[in-house]
Amino acid sequence: MTYVFQFGEVFRYWHWLQEGVAVTLTFAIVAMILSVVVGTFGALARRSRHRALQVASRIYVEIIRNTPFLVQLFILFFGLPAVGIRLGANLAALTGLVLYNGAFATEIIRSGIQAVHRSQIEAGLSIGMSRAQVFIYVVIRPALEKVYPALSSQFVLLMLATSVISAIGVDELTSFAGHIQTTNFRSIEVYVVCICIYLILTLILRSGTRALGAWLFAYRRRSKLAHLR
Amino acid sequence: MSVVRLNAVRKRFGPLEVLKDVSMEVERGNVVVIIGRSGSGKSTLLRCINGLEPIDGGEIFVNDRKLTRDERSLRVLRREVGFVFQAYNLFPHLTVERNITIGLTVVHKMPLPQAREIAAQVLGKVGLLDKLDAYPDELSGGQQQRVAIARCLALSPKVMLFDEVTSALDPELKGEVLKVIAELAQDGMTMILVTHEMQFARSVADRIVFMNDGRIWEVGTPEQVFSAPKTPEMRLFVSGAL
Amino acid sequence: MGIRYFTFNDVLYLLDATKWTLLLSVIAFAGGGIVGALITLARISRIRALRWFAMSYVEVLQGTPLLMQLFLWFFLLTLFVPVKLPATLVAAMALTLNASSFVTEIWRGSIEAIPRTQWEAAASIGMSRFEQIKHIIAPQAVRIALAPTVGLLVIVIKGTSLTALIGFVELTRAGQLVSGVTFEPLRTFSFVAAIYLCLCWPLSAVSQRIERRLHVGRTPERGA
Ligand SMILES: Nc1ncnc2c1ncn2[C@@H]1O[C@H](COP(=O)(O)OP(=O)(O)O)[C@@H](O)[C@H]1O
Ligand SMILES: [Mg+2]
Repeated sequence: MTYVFQFGEVFRYWHWLQEGVAVTLTFAIVAMILSVVVGTFGALARRSRHRALQVASRIYVEIIRNTPFLVQLFILFFGLPAVGIRLGANLAALTGLVLYNGAFATEIIRSGIQAVHRSQIEAGLSIGMSRAQVFIYVVIRPALEKVYPALSSQFVLLMLATSVISAIGVDELTSFAGHIQTTNFRSIEVYVVCICIYLILTLILRSGTRALGAWLFAYRRRSKLAHLR
Repeated sequence: MSVVRLNAVRKRFGPLEVLKDVSMEVERGNVVVIIGRSGSGKSTLLRCINGLEPIDGGEIFVNDRKLTRDERSLRVLRREVGFVFQAYNLFPHLTVERNITIGLTVVHKMPLPQAREIAAQVLGKVGLLDKLDAYPDELSGGQQQRVAIARCLALSPKVMLFDEVTSALDPELKGEVLKVIAELAQDGMTMILVTHEMQFARSVADRIVFMNDGRIWEVGTPEQVFSAPKTPEMRLFVSGAL
Repeated sequence: MGIRYFTFNDVLYLLDATKWTLLLSVIAFAGGGIVGALITLARISRIRALRWFAMSYVEVLQGTPLLMQLFLWFFLLTLFVPVKLPATLVAAMALTLNASSFVTEIWRGSIEAIPRTQWEAAASIGMSRFEQIKHIIAPQAVRIALAPTVGLLVIVIKGTSLTALIGFVELTRAGQLVSGVTFEPLRTFSFVAAIYLCLCWPLSAVSQRIERRLHVGRTPERGA
């Protein structure tokens, strides 16, 4: 038995793949931004003086990190309608991705906040800032900067995790691979091409986040050059 | 009228009693220099006055208002008490100018243009007007400390606390910072400063407070304390420090 | 099959399916350990081509979705192996290879955390490269690698859930089947999630405890 690879059969559906990539990236980017917000509040709750908030944040993180994303999605998409909450595939997928990634972001951002030195907080307090003001103006930006590399790798993991939302019928790259494969029966070629696309997306996201970081935290670069002047 | 008044203040860290019955008063326009061996409780005393550490006994008054643990009144207090740290503690992610204006805009709700005028004014005072747009990492230690003083000054505090602000600096950089402090003293700023620079203490202080083992051991004018120390501990300290 | 309620029998069925989740996890973890050890050796080898191979191997497996890897293996094995393979084998193979890439990352990081001077000291007393690794480097690296390796077990267990999507009946697939006949998806999948939680939470806790004891913060936990 010889199998003749026909990659041309896959590229005929290039527009589908393009659409899949667009949807995949949209979900990844939107979910990432929202989960940084969730993670910031999660980390704040964890450091709050109210015990109930601490415990709630802890339980959220542990439950999410210790159960499969696929099962979380099934609960959101198939389970919630049982109690009258009908999210629809796209919203369930986005909610799932944000809740899922938000738990990891919580842990990452928490470590970043911990790494901001106490003296910085005291300096803020000493000029009369409230605790909330200290957090907003003094703590959060250096904290996010410290964990930026960790958040960047988390972003790549999130993008890869979006393939799972195909399981509840969201039409992203993995779904389109399935569609093409049931249309032209060139399953191996389709999956090889799609895996390559994911790999390229990973590489693009890595260099993209690096460039974004350099821009966002430009003052770091400037000060590294300071000794040359 | 006294700007700062401490009445039988006590402070402990777990089993360690760091301040034992400390009482003192600082008059408006006075410069009080606190000296003493490392670990004698000098920093803790300053931190208590600024409410960074809660006290376990006694009372602290700033402008005749009693210091409590209430968040809001602490914030009001801190607007009147400036603190300059040994390690500068500038905000690394903000420019020099923003380091100074942030307290004005965020805490005092001042419009930015007005805050920037003040920033320029205080930076001029510490001789760093040209560093407005620099980031802290781009400055020398002495310059950073002068910015920290300017940040504090911008909020026009009633009293400024200095905790060993030159001890992290190389000897050749100490002078520029001490000069700024001496000028502030000349302008009539009320100050409490902890320092190991004895010559400087002598020249700038109205009163010297010698702390030992968590207590105020000896108080007097520089002349009295340095030339005619009353206690053996002070005598030993002076002979070692000078 | 008509509509019926979520009963004790369903609970038993799900617990029974958990057996397969566990079996698959153990195979993938053990297999991943063995393959990962070999790839790690390649990764730190002095032969450039081997290092390059190991690097690309990890890059591809970590830079693409596990679900896609499962699909590709599924179709590859169906097409090129003349006998019909059970889904178990496909799942075990895909998960093993995927786990091995994590293992390589963890162990390489641990080995790199050992100071250069340890290699030199071992070399200076006349050890061969293999002896250096065996007697000096590996024993120290194992301590560092322990916490993330236990954490990897959690990632592997969660990863097995994706095999449900190629038709392997483990816990998640069993949950789908139960919810299909009982029409009680919320109760079913909550119960499924609870079982995963019981399997994974203790492991996470152990991993965190080891990590804290060793004071080596590294290798952020990764999800599937
Ligand atoms: N946050 C703290 N927790 C526990 N002990 C402390 C703390 N801060 C200071 N101390 C202890 O209190 C004593 C006085 O410290 P400090 O006020 O910093 O002395 P000084 O500034 O005179 O060198 C020292 O023994 C120090 O170890
Ligand atoms: Mg001190």
